[in-house]
Amino acid sequence: MAPFFFGGVHPRGYKELSCEAPILPIKPKIVSIAMSQHIGRPCAPLVSVGDIVTVGQKIGDGDGLCVPVHASVSGKVIAVEPRPTPSGTEGLCVVIENDMQDTLCPDIHKRDSVAELTPEELTAIIREAGITGMGGAGFPTSVKISSGMGKVDTVIVNGAECEPYITSDDRLMREAPEKIAGGIRIIQKILQPERTALGIEKNKGKAIASMRAALPEDMELLELRVRYPQGAEKQLIQTVTGRQVPPGGLPAAVGCAVFNVATCKAVYDAVYEGMPLVRRAVTVTGKAIARPSNFLAPIGTPYADLIEAAGGFACEPYKILCGGPMMGIAQHSLDCGTIKGNNALTCFAQEDNHEVETPHCIRCGKCVGVCPMRLMPLQLNKAVQRSDLAALDKGNVMDCIECGSCAYICPAGIPLVQSFRTAKKLLRDEQAKQKAKEAVK
Amino acid sequence: MNIEATHLTVSSSPHAHTKNTTAVIMRDVCIALLPALIAAIYFFGWRALTLTMVSVAGCVFFEWGYRRLMKKDCTVGDFSAVVTGMLIALVCPVSLPYWTILIADLFAIVLVKQLFGGIGMNIVNPALAARAFLFSWPSLMSGSWVAPGTRISVFSPSLDGLTAATPLGSLAENALPPESLLDLFLGRVGGSMGEVSAAALLLGGAYLLIRKVISPRIPLAYLGTVAVLAVLFPRGGNDCFDWMLYQLLSGGVLIGAIFMATDYATSPVTYAGQIVYGVGCGVLTILFRYFGSYVEGVTYAILIMNCCVGFFDKLGIPRRFGLVKQKKGGAEK
Repeated sequence: MAPFFFGGVHPRGYKELSCEAPILPIKPKIVSIAMSQHIGRPCAPLVSVGDIVTVGQKIGDGDGLCVPVHASVSGKVIAVEPRPTPSGTEGLCVVIENDMQDTLCPDIHKRDSVAELTPEELTAIIREAGITGMGGAGFPTSVKISSGMGKVDTVIVNGAECEPYITSDDRLMREAPEKIAGGIRIIQKILQPERTALGIEKNKGKAIASMRAALPEDMELLELRVRYPQGAEKQLIQTVTGRQVPPGGLPAAVGCAVFNVATCKAVYDAVYEGMPLVRRAVTVTGKAIARPSNFLAPIGTPYADLIEAAGGFACEPYKILCGGPMMGIAQHSLDCGTIKGNNALTCFAQEDNHEVETPHCIRCGKCVGVCPMRLMPLQLNKAVQRSDLAALDKGNVMDCIECGSCAYICPAGIPLVQSFRTAKKLLRDEQAKQKAKEAVK
Repeated sequence: MNIEATHLTVSSSPHAHTKNTTAVIMRDVCIALLPALIAAIYFFGWRALTLTMVSVAGCVFFEWGYRRLMKKDCTVGDFSAVVTGMLIALVCPVSLPYWTILIADLFAIVLVKQLFGGIGMNIVNPALAARAFLFSWPSLMSGSWVAPGTRISVFSPSLDGLTAATPLGSLAENALPPESLLDLFLGRVGGSMGEVSAAALLLGGAYLLIRKVISPRIPLAYLGTVAVLAVLFPRGGNDCFDWMLYQLLSGGVLIGAIFMATDYATSPVTYAGQIVYGVGCGVLTILFRYFGSYVEGVTYAILIMNCCVGFFDKLGIPRRFGLVKQKKGGAEK
């Protein structure tokens, strides 16, 4: 097969917990929809307390790098206020009380034929549907598409799902392969690539079989090596094309655009069904969960509702993660609402606690071997401890994709990723200071 | 139904960690040293075991005592002191008095390891530095080799009349040793108690490789260099391949290449650095063996290379991701 990406690790998958559980609908009593669901500027709310909204109705929008958000249930707006969001901070949310009627917004119409739509019209539909990258990072899909137009010769669809525990993409590929293929076809129509490839890790045999049956002849299906972070954008591009995205660059710089399978399904829904992104597949799993499950959750579904629908806690939860164990964000509140990039809620039990009180680097060098970005984590960590900004810059700490491979493999249990986040902040602050100084001159 | 979550922990990702912690790795090294220890007991009697146990106890005690005295966190649980204790014993003759090995333990743990900051911070390998230190008592270290099969008392070793020649001593005089290669491979020769059996050391090395505790880069570069130099420059008119095999199976080169040169703290972390380091160890070992006044060069070869690790690490810094000529980029399209 094509070239491999550098480094990587092989954490235990735990996908068996939830991979056979079909995606079930869930009806939360309220939804708390964050106005900031994507990379870029937050939306301004278009509704106020007391308004009656319908499913798919736009409730927030803005200018610049921003895509709208929509009501995911029908009912009454009961609050527009800062509430906890999965990022760990409070953010402006529109809270809707669900009337359980699922009344559709009258503006939503199915399209029978999409052949006559131009690439620009299709991109506009994708923007209006509020679609963002659903693999985690949450970059507005319409911006990715329009910035890639004319530059992209390879469209890569990401079905790797390399994070342990998560099975939402796996289930989606098994349950809605035609819609995913349809979404890919639309992206293909806009970007006109020479090559379109869907990559799935080899351990998802049923998803591979299902997608193989649904994909048309001109789309490749690549069975990828099971190795984390296979689904990281730069690493997937390297595996599929052998190209390396330059430091600080975007995939379009090497002629590639990467879309998650769930994003492709959302594109299909938006273009054919006229349905904006109002629901997404979420895996609720982990040792602390009684019945690990997959749900089709309205955006804004509170975590407490997801956990309740999965049978509640089987034991005292130790950590609750928005996402998987490698890159997920630890949560402090179950009031947070599901966001568009929220593929899983992983609930750890106390036995998953591996924290080391005073870690000592033994210089084993395993972190150097596993870094997919070819950094030297142990040297960078020492530079952070010395607050040596020059060494951090020279060591290219800004290239770190925070995949967590180094901290996973570290026998001493050093929180390397946390250290590099600190380093990046130090460097950004320093650069801002320099700029301010120059501006004064 | 329980949906209460009152004691949630919030921390930075990743939230999953490998089971191969420092303690597991060090325990693996101890397991890998067991064949050599068993061979030592087989060839030299129970004193091999008691000496090793005293050494391990000494290292653990000094590590615990120092950390406690200095009010630092206790690091005995990481098993690294156990590894040092085993290694020190295995590179000494079985006739060494207990008090001497305890001094070596103190030197290794306190002066070489803890004064530099403890695990991972030492510049040179503690066990090898202790061995070099023990040559302050040359009569105890290399004047009294016990012939294999000779049982000496666990309590009061009498050294009279026990001196046997070692294969390395013959090689230093440009002659092939009287022992057969099979004797060397199995360990039926005189020498430091853990060094004699090549078979036991290779078994331990294979275990370390399978468990991915070490990579083959350093041992292969080291042993390969010794082999190539021995084949190219045989001495005393001996057949070059016989000469090479005797060089590889004699003395401490196997325990050095598998267990000492691969010590994490004192070897490079980059792949290229590890290869250059291994080659350097091999070159110095042959130079010491051919031209040195001691018959064995492994100890000093590795200690010298330990001091250059910072330089080798710089040699092998991986090329930054994304700085390659793109096969086909969208930019040219």
